Amino acid sequence: MKKDVVFVQGNEACVRGALYAGLDFFAGYPITPSTEIAELLSRRLPAKRGKFIQMEDEISSMCAIVGASLTGKKVMTATSGPGFSLKQEALGFAVMTETPCVIVDVQRGGPSTGLPTSVSQGDVMQARWGTHGDHAVIALTASNSQDVFAITVEAFNLAETFRTPVILLLDEVVGHTRERLVEPKAGEIDVVERLKTSVPEGTDYHPYLPREDGRLPMSDFGGVHRHHVTGLAHDMWGFPSNKPDVVYGLMHHLIDKIEGHVNEITRVKEFFVDDAECLLISYGSAARTTRHVVENRRARGEKLGLLELQTLWPFPADLVRERCASANHIIVVEMNMGQILGEVKKVVKNPDGVFLANRIDGGFITPADVLNIIRITQGKGV
Amino acid sequence: MTVSIHPLKKYTRSHITRTTTCPGCGIGIVSQAILRAIDELEFNMDDFVFVSGIGCSAWIPSPLYNTDTLHTTHGRPIAFATGVKLGLPNKNVMVISGDGDLAAIGGNHLIHAARRNINLTVILLNNGIYGMTGGQTAPTTPRGLTTITSPYGTMEHNFDITPMVVTAGASYAARWTTYHPRQMTRSIKKAIQKKGFALIEAMSQCPVQYGRVSKLGKAVDMLKDFKVNSVKINKARNMEPEALLGKIVIGEFVDIEKAELSEECMNLRRKMMEAM
Ligand SMILES: Cc1ncc(C[n+]2csc(CCOP(=O)(O)OP(=O)(O)O)c2C)c(N)n1
Ligand code: SF4
Ligand SMILES: [Mg+2]
Repeated sequence: MKKDVVFVQGNEACVRGALYAGLDFFAGYPITPSTEIAELLSRRLPAKRGKFIQMEDEISSMCAIVGASLTGKKVMTATSGPGFSLKQEALGFAVMTETPCVIVDVQRGGPSTGLPTSVSQGDVMQARWGTHGDHAVIALTASNSQDVFAITVEAFNLAETFRTPVILLLDEVVGHTRERLVEPKAGEIDVVERLKTSVPEGTDYHPYLPREDGRLPMSDFGGVHRHHVTGLAHDMWGFPSNKPDVVYGLMHHLIDKIEGHVNEITRVKEFFVDDAECLLISYGSAARTTRHVVENRRARGEKLGLLELQTLWPFPADLVRERCASANHIIVVEMNMGQILGEVKKVVKNPDGVFLANRIDGGFITPADVLNIIRITQGKGV
Repeated sequence: MTVSIHPLKKYTRSHITRTTTCPGCGIGIVSQAILRAIDELEFNMDDFVFVSGIGCSAWIPSPLYNTDTLHTTHGRPIAFATGVKLGLPNKNVMVISGDGDLAAIGGNHLIHAARRNINLTVILLNNGIYGMTGGQTAPTTPRGLTTITSPYGTMEHNFDITPMVVTAGASYAARWTTYHPRQMTRSIKKAIQKKGFALIEAMSQCPVQYGRVSKLGKAVDMLKDFKVNSVKINKARNMEPEALLGKIVIGEFVDIEKAELSEECMNLRRKMMEAM
């Protein structure tokens, strides 16, 4: 076996991707099905000059990574549904303070303790709206170990580029499926480093003043610029302000910096999309089943296509609308009650032509689950 | 006309001309004790990162102190500070917050940070009440007191914070009141220099909320109350529990040396590097 080919779970691919991206600091709390990420990092991070800490809960884990990020470190935490709920307040703090960080949620069945060892994609909307208040967020996903590696590196890159928390929505099947990973060589995937301010010591530094290109260079805590970081609405110096014009500017900046760059943030994979009469839209492990169905049916001459989303938030509305335009039927395949289905219906010309193939009982969605819905769209009944 | 400038003004941000504190509040005394400790140790503000939560007391460094200041969510400053300290092991990381923030919503982080013995200096202002939100019961409110949210008197027992943190594993812990600013300053100096988790519980008067509900009255009356009711720890050790009811035990509760987390992390890293 060649040295750079390994046989690993998605959770380990995530760990390898994070280390490739330059992870310095991890704080977490054990929870199935994400625990392997913490276990592996507790062993590997110290050997890479990084630091690992197991905190007393998910709240403190989230707070600790934000604190460490402000000192200039690349940071990550990993959890599953119940822990993801606990992280939401501090996740909003990271949104408000524009602190780069990566939050991995290996989804399991919910609500509550739910199905600890079963697959689900029920946290898609929580990733979007879990923390209170109007805001924008980036959430990515992937369907196999190879893609998990790459999308983890992307998560760190986008966190740095946009100074924002990035949520990596994996799921139990992706996290635990052990499969081949060809580990990219150093330099093969771009790694974005933190953009540090070039404002010299003694000159006014504005931590929240965007450059012409919209990016906000940072100054680490302990660096030459003293600055204030608060979860309160603040001005470009970082000091609290409730002046309506300042708050208006802040809110627009926080949302526009992400929603306004949706094309730059969008990652999709396309399989037979161009001439698809029936277009299936899926993501995460559900996209594996969907791809299997599409490839099988193509072999039989049926014009099926798959649009696999890797960026869920900001939702790639224009791209989805465009890809759906020439299909007769759209089927969204996901393991929830239609959290992405609703987004697709919002953007297509004919929302009534969008159907849901789903599964919410903890079982992994099967080709039969998808084929049943395809048959209905073909007027064949079940 | 001669202009006199407060000797501690150099430690504060020049453009901040007023604080959010009510007249007579103990916050000013504690804030001065902190800055005086830094001054007497001849430290520079750049040697520090200040982390605070949400509440009146949490506004002490935020945004007044002229260095890196982190104003976090309610109850979590110690958790944020843990990340800051591991990221910047050579800085003094000081947490300043209230009793509600650090002992109610954030109580778990308080005891776990003490258990880890991470090198943080925590200044916990105990005014026995939720000041900022208008005088609700705190886990430090004496049993029986009538507050906004315990109109029939609190039925619960209150935390004895400093001994709790000692039991959890702190390297240094002391309790003083705002009637004892010099002793408090001396303890803060020790806490800053201590390699390990250090707590200063500063009993502080909130004349506006606590003064009102306890009927203790104005700031001066509350300070007199601190004076009358404080008992030095050495004396308290020989007193019967009944005699200590309603008293405030003051002084140093613990001052020991033991392995500290941020240094242990650096040691582990060094060991790994050598093995490679
Ligand atoms: C999660 C959350 N819950 C509740 C609040 C409301 N809140 C703000 S300050 C405070 C209590 C502060 O009490 P304490 O820490 O004792 O500070 P003090 O004002 O007495 O100094 C509360 C409950 C909040 N900001 N966030
Ligand atoms: S409400 Fe109480 S604690 Fe808050 S500033 Fe006023 S006096 Fe101080
Ligand atoms: Mg209080």
